[in-house]
Amino acid sequence: MYTQGLDQKEQSTQQSAELEDAAQLEAFMQRVDEEEKIEAKDWMPEGYRRTLVRQISQHAHSEIIGMQPEGNWLTRAPSLKRKAILLAKVQDEAGHGLYLYGAAETLGVSRDQMVANLLSGKAKYSSIFNYPTLTWADIGTVGWLVDGAAIMNQIPLCRCSYGPYARAMVRVCKEESFHQRQGFEIMLVLSRGTDAQKAMAQDALNRWWWPALMMFGPSDKDSKHSAQSMAWKIKRFSNDELRQKFIDATVPQAEFLGLRVPDDDLKFNEDTGHYEFGEIDWQEFHDVLAGNGPCNKQRLAKRNKAQDDGAWVREAARAYADKHA
Amino acid sequence: MSNKAWPLYEVFIRAKAGLSHRHAGSLHAADDQMALGYARDTYTRRMEGVSIWVVRSELIVASDPAETSAFFEPAKDKVYRHPTFYEIPDGVENL
Repeated sequence: MYTQGLDQKEQSTQQSAELEDAAQLEAFMQRVDEEEKIEAKDWMPEGYRRTLVRQISQHAHSEIIGMQPEGNWLTRAPSLKRKAILLAKVQDEAGHGLYLYGAAETLGVSRDQMVANLLSGKAKYSSIFNYPTLTWADIGTVGWLVDGAAIMNQIPLCRCSYGPYARAMVRVCKEESFHQRQGFEIMLVLSRGTDAQKAMAQDALNRWWWPALMMFGPSDKDSKHSAQSMAWKIKRFSNDELRQKFIDATVPQAEFLGLRVPDDDLKFNEDTGHYEFGEIDWQEFHDVLAGNGPCNKQRLAKRNKAQDDGAWVREAARAYADKHA
Repeated sequence: MSNKAWPLYEVFIRAKAGLSHRHAGSLHAADDQMALGYARDTYTRRMEGVSIWVVRSELIVASDPAETSAFFEPAKDKVYRHPTFYEIPDGVENL
């Protein structure tokens, strides 16, 4: 159950707490190993709880900030149909953020605290949303690549050991597939269009390809949380495994579109059945995460403004509720 | 945030007539009417339901997972509550 209020069962027995912890930990790991789901009120190690709070809240923040690059094109979509589709997609991202905040709240962290951490810049969100959407082709590329990479990441999360997160991800994944396909369709139309439209599509791919690959996070050898998350069955595949899957799935799609993936080292290895690819610029990744990407300040400022501008609405709703209570 | 947080609600959705309501998730809202509207916008954007229940989370009374085995223990040894407990000879029909 997604209920925060029911989750915070005080550990009642103070005596022999350590002994109990060891036994509880063993029982917990046995449940995880046997693929039993952990639910909100169940005993869990503090590290497991902390990891989930960090991951789920970052995921929620990413969905909320992720509305901005696409929202940027709502008023300029090239047709009423495209506008309606984009509006539905941005609305879905808000919904995904809400499912995820709800899942995180079951772990005992309050919504207000999470929102405050996002607004102050203390909390992280996906690096990808700090890049600008300069042309309409960027909207196609974001749907195709960014949502495509997100799906790659999120499908294994549907089997995550924490029940509320897994259930939220099932819902998200169902909706995400429309996002990716509408993005690919935008690219298909552009790539079959005029030379200028095709060039626009290529330019967007050039700018988004590498940041999309960075979405899977640092290489396995540098990923500090990976091993423990795998043992807890929060993660099912490593960053590098998911990145490879994404590249293998996406390169043929780019070929279908007649677009060139901007990587001189990209080549198919017949023996492994996988694409080999060039070195990722990890300095850029760390710079963007540290707050120095092209749009970090703008994204955060806009989120803060939305929060401030909505304050009177929240207050009025609260006053109305109190009056009618 | 200066004012008090909006209370938490649990959302239950009936997918179609004939099925029971099922827990879908939770949300914050200032009052019951707002909770219903938000539940519709958050959990039924693709016709996932024909009926919604929302209830303040704090009003739900739940069993304690730490007491699960003791709580459900009385039912454990009463296998005679299941039809398979009874042996019926071959040849007896419609039973």
